[in-house]
Amino acid sequence: MNIHEYQAKELLRQRGVAVLEGHVAWTPEEAEAAARKLPGPIYVVKSQIHAGGRGAGRFADDPNGKGGVRLAKSPEEAKAAAAAMIGHTLVTKQTGPGGKLVSRVYVEAGCDIKRELYLGLLVDRSTSRVVIMASTEGGMEIEEVAASHPEKILKVHVDPASGISGFHARKLAFGLGLTGKQVASFTKFVTSLYGAFLELDCAIVEINPLVVTGAGEIVALDAKVSFDDNALFRHKDLEGLRDDSEMDPKELDATRHELNYVALDGEIGCMVNGAGLAMATMDIIKLYGSSPANFLDVGGTANAARVTEAFRIITSDANVKAILVNIFGGIAKCDMIASGIVEASKNLSLSVPLVVRLEGTNVELGKKILAESGLAIIPADNLADAAQKVVAAVKKGA
Amino acid sequence: MAVLVDRNTRVMTQGFTGAQGTFHASQGIAYGSTYVGGTTPGKGGTMHPELNLPVFDTVAECVEKTQANASVIYVPAPFAADAILEAIDAEVPLVICITEGIPVLDMVRVKRALSGSKSVLVGPNCPGVITPEQCKIGIMPGHIHRAGSVGIVSRSGTLTYEAVAQTTAAGLGQSTCVGIGGDPVKGLDFIDVLEMFLKDEATKSIIMIGEIGGEAEVIGAEYLRRENFGPGKPNKPVVGFIAGATAPPGRRMGHAGAVISGGKDTAAAKMEAMASAGIHVADSPAALGSTMVRALKG
Repeated sequence: MNIHEYQAKELLRQRGVAVLEGHVAWTPEEAEAAARKLPGPIYVVKSQIHAGGRGAGRFADDPNGKGGVRLAKSPEEAKAAAAAMIGHTLVTKQTGPGGKLVSRVYVEAGCDIKRELYLGLLVDRSTSRVVIMASTEGGMEIEEVAASHPEKILKVHVDPASGISGFHARKLAFGLGLTGKQVASFTKFVTSLYGAFLELDCAIVEINPLVVTGAGEIVALDAKVSFDDNALFRHKDLEGLRDDSEMDPKELDATRHELNYVALDGEIGCMVNGAGLAMATMDIIKLYGSSPANFLDVGGTANAARVTEAFRIITSDANVKAILVNIFGGIAKCDMIASGIVEASKNLSLSVPLVVRLEGTNVELGKKILAESGLAIIPADNLADAAQKVVAAVKKGA
Repeated sequence: MAVLVDRNTRVMTQGFTGAQGTFHASQGIAYGSTYVGGTTPGKGGTMHPELNLPVFDTVAECVEKTQANASVIYVPAPFAADAILEAIDAEVPLVICITEGIPVLDMVRVKRALSGSKSVLVGPNCPGVITPEQCKIGIMPGHIHRAGSVGIVSRSGTLTYEAVAQTTAAGLGQSTCVGIGGDPVKGLDFIDVLEMFLKDEATKSIIMIGEIGGEAEVIGAEYLRRENFGPGKPNKPVVGFIAGATAPPGRRMGHAGAVISGGKDTAAAKMEAMASAGIHVADSPAALGSTMVRALKG
């Protein structure tokens, strides 16, 4: 789960991480009032969306204007900047061409920036430990730095048994060329940040840029925090930070029905059990000359109700010209899936060709249910057969 | 021979009296495996109402009384890491965790506890391990398997079934199938299972099925280049497949670990690494069996 910058900074501030003073604003008037609470004379007005590249991004209705992060020299200017952002769609490198609607801004105190650095924490799968990464290339995306200057990325891995220690922080601080009191400030910053990462069950924390101020303090200028969805059950208080407007409506709908769904831009709707088989089904559709409209894993405990919801979500996509159901029953039982297909077909009056491949647990029972239903289902014997048939059905309809 | 499990495996179940534990233990018993009991804290001293096997409060007690040498875990995700740690503490040699959705930082702690321990972990978020006609631990449909010569290792449950069905249809059968699971932090990885398969006499060829995200397939492929292929080496034919060629970067595809994040963890990059190491890469998930048949003909 992703959250906004202002929410991330509040969580980090509560855990001893140095951030600048700021206030969220939902209207231009609130933005002006927020600025008046800050010391000035410089204010920064920042669009709040779940995507990076905001400063370089442009608003859809003003492509030649200023970006999604603007400096203001007075509360009145902060109000004007907020008015240009709130209710407008911001397009950045990370939002895709459709952009994202800005519903709120963060008004933050200005800061005397001496250096811009990068700091990021995540679970490194190759070592099974939390890795802390730092780089002198603040403001750049870490993937770009990794590709062009891998030597500029410093890494320390933290043993979960002994936890973070002073040497971890010093290793990074000296590697970044910090000196004097900057080192102590950095050590406090990174130690607090690691603590927050563990306490909040984060998936990723990125501070980019991390700045060294003229006074030698280390402060987070931006903050990106994303949580491990699997751990949200023990952080009920974080649920309130969820912003559903940032999600694809079909994906949001799927999440509410415990379906793993990712919207894509192809023409064949897919319903599959198991994540690996669901990906492989997308791949084989491509191999046979068409493209998948979605990734959908109905899961091992699929029942008729869930299958119906899955069909409803798949068919709500206007691009879908045919549907492929591919089930290899392990825990999922073919007869349950078949009953779900029959029920869904009746309730939703499907208007596109439907190819069904069933294999595994209770396959004979499942095939019988489909055959006796009288529905116009195209049965398939195996994965290749299913892919061929569904692609042929789309081509025929075109 | 086989790897990890065979006729001598004595299986206990953690989360024994729950719906999942009960159903899959009964399936394992019906398959002919030796299930000896299990744990449900608070129900110790009773008999499992359907399976007529003893229930214990702790793993240590279950191991002591039943001589279990493998434990399968169906405990819900919030308590699963604790269940794995208990099995490690009781020195169960093989721990297989089926549970999906364990917080990754829990697994970071578990992984630390595994190092230097007497236990090997398979999973979590995996279908389990089966040596056909000897021992079935997990949620895979037993009837599609046949005793044979192909060792299968995979991050995906249902794609493993696909490989099993295809190698059964081709008349090859399977030596052992190991589902290593779809989580980013897990027990055995490709390289560990590949090492076992190279040493195993019953395994004459190998299918490895990976997916986008991480670099475990590349590490596995490099291992095979060094240890399998070349003069004086086992030279077991290996077929590979990577799911997710059409997955968009940055999107998590169901499995917690299936997300393209760097550029080196794409399906294309992994397939290239496999091919350059000498692995026969199947271009379609429907061609796992046929590619193996071709590979065996040399």
